[in-house]
Amino acid sequence: MEIGLNHYLILSTILFAIGLVGIMRRKNLLLLFFATEILLNAVNIGFAAISHYYGDLTGQMFAFFVIAIAASELAVGLGLLIVWHKRHGNIDLDTMTSMRG
Amino acid sequence: MFEAVAFYLFAFLTITMFLITVLSSQALYALSALAAGMIFISAFFFILGADFLGAVQIIVYTGAVMALYAFGMMFFDTTREVKEKKGNKFIIIGLSTLAAVMVVAIFAAPIVSTNMQAFYPMIDGVGNTQQVGLVLFTKYLIPFEVAAVMLLVAMVAGIVLAGKKMDLSLTLMNAEDIKRIEDEQNKKVLS
Repeated sequence: MEIGLNHYLILSTILFAIGLVGIMRRKNLLLLFFATEILLNAVNIGFAAISHYYGDLTGQMFAFFVIAIAASELAVGLGLLIVWHKRHGNIDLDTMTSMRG
Repeated sequence: MFEAVAFYLFAFLTITMFLITVLSSQALYALSALAAGMIFISAFFFILGADFLGAVQIIVYTGAVMALYAFGMMFFDTTREVKEKKGNKFIIIGLSTLAAVMVVAIFAAPIVSTNMQAFYPMIDGVGNTQQVGLVLFTKYLIPFEVAAVMLLVAMVAGIVLAGKKMDLSLTLMNAEDIKRIEDEQNKKVLS
């Protein structure tokens, strides 16, 4: 059986759905970051698959930039989390109500 | 045949690992499963002929990102069970599936509507790494430099945010100094 573009796009959809479920049910901010990594990786699979089946390198380029963005987002986010944990002792999303949002 | 077997095997493994990441109540299990899932995803890149992207995936995600998460988790109390949001399960799963299908529709709509032409077509007889280099350092040079500047800014931000008061060690101080520092911090939080 031949594996086509649709197989990869369906896999990308499934992984994206898993990541979204994680974002909606997690309360701990560290585990919420894990779910965002899953989202970015799911999209990367879609980019690489389209790049392969259309013989175009643009998809791979965008996958590289997505990886760079994921790395920098993680560095800043983890720094903020450490500061918050030093001050308040927990990283639960529901306790972050200092802005009364 | 070989490609199909590899695809289904790694698809099953990746979905299982990410499900563990999302559903586990232990942060350490979630971290380990996420690291495994990242390595399995690089297998898809190798199947698709994007060798350099697969290597970058392994190096950046399991080498840098996961190590950073592991070091970050030393600051947090990760041994206790994680509390979950209590929400309607059907709404969560329905919304997730809807959003994911919409993302794929966004990808698929231009493919279906027109005959897509390769913008930067692959060159025959040249390895993937060389092709990536050729395109990245000619057509995508400015985004590449901007990404480098962004990573530098993120590094400075990470050092500034996490590196505060790293010079004083709580284990080497006596009890009165620690109490004084805590009082100062509490004042700052309350004000």
